[in-house]
Amino acid sequence: MKEFKGRVISSGTFKGEAVVSRQGVNTLATFQSSALKNAKKVIAGDQNNPDIYKKNITGKALCLPETIGSTTGGMVIQTICSMKINPSAFLFSQHIDPLAASGIVLSRVWEESDVIAIDQLGEEFLKAVNTGDQIEIKEDGTVIIL
Amino acid sequence: MYDYKMKLTKPQLEILSGEEGEIKAKVMETLVRFGDIFEAKKMVKVTHECGHLVTSFGIGILKPVFSTMDKLIEAGLTVKGKFTVDPRPLDYENVPCNVLEKLVFNKFIYSKQSLYEKQLEKIGLKNSDAFTCTCYLDEVGNTPQKGDVLSWAESSAVVFANSVLGARCNRNSGMLDIFGSIVGYVPYFGFLTDEGRKATWKVTIKTTQKPEAQILGSAIGMKVVSEVPYVYGLNSYIDPDINNPDTISYLKDFGAATASNGSVGLYHIDKITPEAKELEDKLLTENMKEYVIDDAEMERVYKSYPIMWKNKNAKPHICFIGCPHLTLKQLEDWTVAIEKGLKANNKNKVYCHTVMTTAPEVLEVFKKTEFYDRALETGIKFSSICPLMYAESPLSQRHAIMTNSNKLRTYSCARYYKDQEILDILTGGGK
Repeated sequence: MKEFKGRVISSGTFKGEAVVSRQGVNTLATFQSSALKNAKKVIAGDQNNPDIYKKNITGKALCLPETIGSTTGGMVIQTICSMKINPSAFLFSQHIDPLAASGIVLSRVWEESDVIAIDQLGEEFLKAVNTGDQIEIKEDGTVIIL
Repeated sequence: MYDYKMKLTKPQLEILSGEEGEIKAKVMETLVRFGDIFEAKKMVKVTHECGHLVTSFGIGILKPVFSTMDKLIEAGLTVKGKFTVDPRPLDYENVPCNVLEKLVFNKFIYSKQSLYEKQLEKIGLKNSDAFTCTCYLDEVGNTPQKGDVLSWAESSAVVFANSVLGARCNRNSGMLDIFGSIVGYVPYFGFLTDEGRKATWKVTIKTTQKPEAQILGSAIGMKVVSEVPYVYGLNSYIDPDINNPDTISYLKDFGAATASNGSVGLYHIDKITPEAKELEDKLLTENMKEYVIDDAEMERVYKSYPIMWKNKNAKPHICFIGCPHLTLKQLEDWTVAIEKGLKANNKNKVYCHTVMTTAPEVLEVFKKTEFYDRALETGIKFSSICPLMYAESPLSQRHAIMTNSNKLRTYSCARYYKDQEILDILTGGGK
């Protein structure tokens, strides 16, 4: 069991599975295909990200350094949150990037989404966590790899 | 009311507390919360009032966007100035679509296009031609000055405005672009500050020939991700005059690739971009990282692109040139190169359906030049569509689309080719 502490961007509690991208997640490339198909879950569609490509990330804790790519990113996060097919939590090892931050804020303010976001969990977190690990998230930004 | 952390002025506080209405308060809350995440000390005035929005497409599933726009309109909110917006997603006249595709585009994917365009008009769209990703070009006229604070989105436009024009804009997401234009303030952090504009990567170009802009941008974007690169050695290959049309075209394509293959929002090019000319290596941070790009590295990056066509050996059906939209000089250069290639190969027409995309205003100017009719003779079509919006639809994935755009490659199943390869295929009968 390993414990990490990050900064709470959007609080909540969670117990479930981790999906890990060790490279930046391209929001548009990852989510757009599932959103366009009005799918019930997101199957990551970014061909350039083998860590998560074709993996189901709905309801999971998406562990990542940051998001990258098109400036539609925030709206894409807002949309998947409104469709309720979002990852339950975004766990950033680095400082959250502006596009992801926009998406989390838009989702909270305009969609009343309960999506969790914690950043600055550190490089060690991203080294320690693996896809399929069970994760627990606490209100104060503590993340435990069970 | 949201328990804000930054310092707000009285007028800003009045908006946040709802004195100018509940919806405007929510708009302000979104911006202030966003700024607080980045420990912004304050909100600053948007000095270039003409905005640019990334969302041009009425994709049916973007319900939160349409509903938020409705709320803004019902509350009587408009932007302080006007705004331009990214290209439209459809152009049946110039981009091939069969009956099934038209049905799916109209009824399902872009079912809200006309509704959304009406919403844009009500909030402050500049005019019905204001649909392009290259709003900063002279012909379009949404061109900020050095030091201007912007509330823009569209990654390729933001990186161009920051780097080539010296304006100041964060990599805002869609919706935050319009919110900043409505209240006239944006949070002060990141690329708005002098400190945030310093380079944390020193990139040295050691190629033996002028590097392909789209691959160079891709290599740097993938390496530095969201950090700021300072690039040495490019002045040997491109004219350092920032107003030279070839330099503008090169930096436009280079920047779009850095922004889409990574998330670069600002770059400095030694002896070329305005801040690099002014501050030189003072822009580099002490503990900068280094990246050297030579011929082998360019080739490694190029070879790393996966081919996403269903039939990897297919012959291309459609070719898109112009993501981001082409400059006038690029339209002229491609016309001449294609004419020359066809003549050398004893052919009259390009091999497959070839669409060159450009801003409506640029196309109007191009139509008045001698090159336009010559280009039509070769079979080239012109459009102001967003190739990305076309190529990323599930139906379009059945086509073998080729492109010289690294952005289009990244977000769709289109296959990337270098400029010369595209030219050889188009003018050589597909070989």
